Amino acid sequence: MNCLLCHTPYNPITSWQHFLTLKKADCLCAKCRNALLKIAGDICDICGRPSAGLKPSHHQKRLCADCIRWQADDEWKDVLTKNRSVYMYNDFMKEVVALWKFRGDYAVVQAFQDEFCREFYRHFDNTFLIVPVPLSAERLFERGFNQAKALAELLALPIHELLCRRHLEKQSKKSRLERLRTENVFHLSEQTSLQGKPIVLIDDIYTTGTTLRHAAKVLLKAGAASVSSLTLARG
Amino acid sequence: MRFIVDKGRLIPEALAKTGKNAKPISHIDFTSSLQPTPGFPYSPELLSFLEGRQLLLEELPFSLHLIQTHYEHGYLFYEKGIVKTKHGWRCIRCGNEDGRFFASFPCARCHTVCTYCRKCIMMGRVSECTPLVASRFSFPQPRYLSPLSWNGTLSKGQQRAAGAVEHAVAQNSELTVWAVCGAGKTEVLFQGIARALEMGKRVCIATPRTDVVRELAPRLRRVFPGVPLIALYGGSEDRGKSAPLVISTTHQLLRFYRAFDVMVIDEVDAFPYSVEPMLEYAAAKARKAESSLIYLTATPHPAWQRDIRRGKRKAVTIPARYHGFPLPVPSFEWCGNWRRQLKRGRLPRNVAAWVLSRMETKKQAFLFVPQIDVLEQVVHIVKQWHERVEGVHAEDPERAEKVQAFRDGRIPLLVTTTILERGVTVPNIDVAVLGAEDDIFTESALVQIAGRVGRSAQHPDGDIRFFHYGKTRGMVAAKRQIERMNKEAAERGLLRTQ
Repeated sequence: MNCLLCHTPYNPITSWQHFLTLKKADCLCAKCRNALLKIAGDICDICGRPSAGLKPSHHQKRLCADCIRWQADDEWKDVLTKNRSVYMYNDFMKEVVALWKFRGDYAVVQAFQDEFCREFYRHFDNTFLIVPVPLSAERLFERGFNQAKALAELLALPIHELLCRRHLEKQSKKSRLERLRTENVFHLSEQTSLQGKPIVLIDDIYTTGTTLRHAAKVLLKAGAASVSSLTLARG
Repeated sequence: MRFIVDKGRLIPEALAKTGKNAKPISHIDFTSSLQPTPGFPYSPELLSFLEGRQLLLEELPFSLHLIQTHYEHGYLFYEKGIVKTKHGWRCIRCGNEDGRFFASFPCARCHTVCTYCRKCIMMGRVSECTPLVASRFSFPQPRYLSPLSWNGTLSKGQQRAAGAVEHAVAQNSELTVWAVCGAGKTEVLFQGIARALEMGKRVCIATPRTDVVRELAPRLRRVFPGVPLIALYGGSEDRGKSAPLVISTTHQLLRFYRAFDVMVIDEVDAFPYSVEPMLEYAAAKARKAESSLIYLTATPHPAWQRDIRRGKRKAVTIPARYHGFPLPVPSFEWCGNWRRQLKRGRLPRNVAAWVLSRMETKKQAFLFVPQIDVLEQVVHIVKQWHERVEGVHAEDPERAEKVQAFRDGRIPLLVTTTILERGVTVPNIDVAVLGAEDDIFTESALVQIAGRVGRSAQHPDGDIRFFHYGKTRGMVAAKRQIERMNKEAAERGLLRTQ
């Protein structure tokens, strides 16, 4: 077999589990698999950022400095119940995401399948409505696919595309303040009542959390009980 | 993106009046038979941007409307990016037909499950609904009068090869230049390139490696001062420009289409050219139907060597180095199960003795090893004898610094994987290979490794030792190739006589 990412041939480790169940062999070689760093250990209760490596001044009790700032702001307090991310956004992950999202190599998403699903069921369950963060129509045409939807499809649960997005300049080129100040680019795709339903947003990367909070706000306004998020990587 | 067909013409869905029957380009049967309409006020910016290239729509900074009107007037044409074959798919941009390098996804542009090529994905995705755009129009080429300003001299062997290259350029024919390491391959090209530029031809030198492009570009700029030259590699600033003299990595070549009258392919044997059919495809696509093709190689593939011997492939050899001394010949030495020795934390006795004796005589040396994990073990052991010993491999972030430190003489011994087998030239060194029986050390790799030694006229000799745990055909063939070259050089009187 050849590794999905580096294309070098490797021998996937097969055990009795692969014979007896439908579990598939890993599509990455051991080297690439180990380079994807999973988030483990102590994390911020809200945004899921690992506390290890942060200065004491950057986190208090169970929250990181960013989330304390969010919580201090009446407008944004408790908009996002919690975010959980699967991987650290390290250099390797940046390369992988660039290949997947910007170069458009859709097949890369397979590499995240097992761990993304496991993380979903660890923090959420199938009572949650799964809502992928949308792209604007222009960006969707440019990329050819929505990476958040591709992730949501890994879960093999019904997907609810409740949101639409207006076209704006790319998020990744803006600072936190700029992101905060931008007006909300999301709106509901149809008038539905979300009365009392918990929602989990799916996206690729949590950087400042602004995008997710903007989306969450729209959903809360429509009556969602709570909005959490699951992202592939924590920037 | 989808197209509709109207009277045999393709119209992008976005520009069509109706979206009815819109299909991905790969699902449409069409012939691009439109001929350029005379008198059409074409856009010189668009046509010069696209000249000799085949690009994606995303790569063209022009409006779809402008592109479409040029298509309708026959100045450019669309081609399918991916075609279906009997056994699967073929990527028209990179020639990939390997099923493992195709994947499909729910495409938002064509609303079908769209197959795309993963092999050339780094240059933008080519999928079933991706049209490739190429020009039918070419601007007249300027001629350059005596463009060469170089007053070096060629060795006897080089002279003969240079003549053959010039002949091939003038006749649009194919030629292989088989020149030993250190023969001075680049100088052999000068005369031929000058001739091509005088005739108003476009020349491309393609090489598999970025380092070679970066090294070659300033050298050629110096000898062809009046000629625009561009160097293309991933991240180069010259991308999108055009010039009569182009030096390109083979990947960047994929964007060219019937552009060159002279195609020179450097280091044909080098990884990845020999194992990458893509690069062969790129070169074939980038040259014009009527053009010359020149291969430069130090160690042709065994099949090519056979063809050359039988006269099936036109070739000229330069069996002697520029300085006229014979090539140093490697010697073999059995070193037992060296992997087990390494596991126990020591080098085989004869390898250790070789390394220590280089350190005593203060002669710099390369020690080649087959894999990175071996490299780490060896460096760990040798560092105990001399702390400035370093190891370097392809993904080493400090690769350039370490090589420079070795050149400056600050490192006595550099342990390396095969990345340094070509290109790096240090005057007075010895070379050893540990585990020469490994598959990675092919005949051509070993010839290249041996070619590191004795490059300068002051120090034309040195020791080349292949430490092995069982001789391989590759080792024997490498030694034989070197000896044969020395014999030919002597017979042709190309060696220095003291």
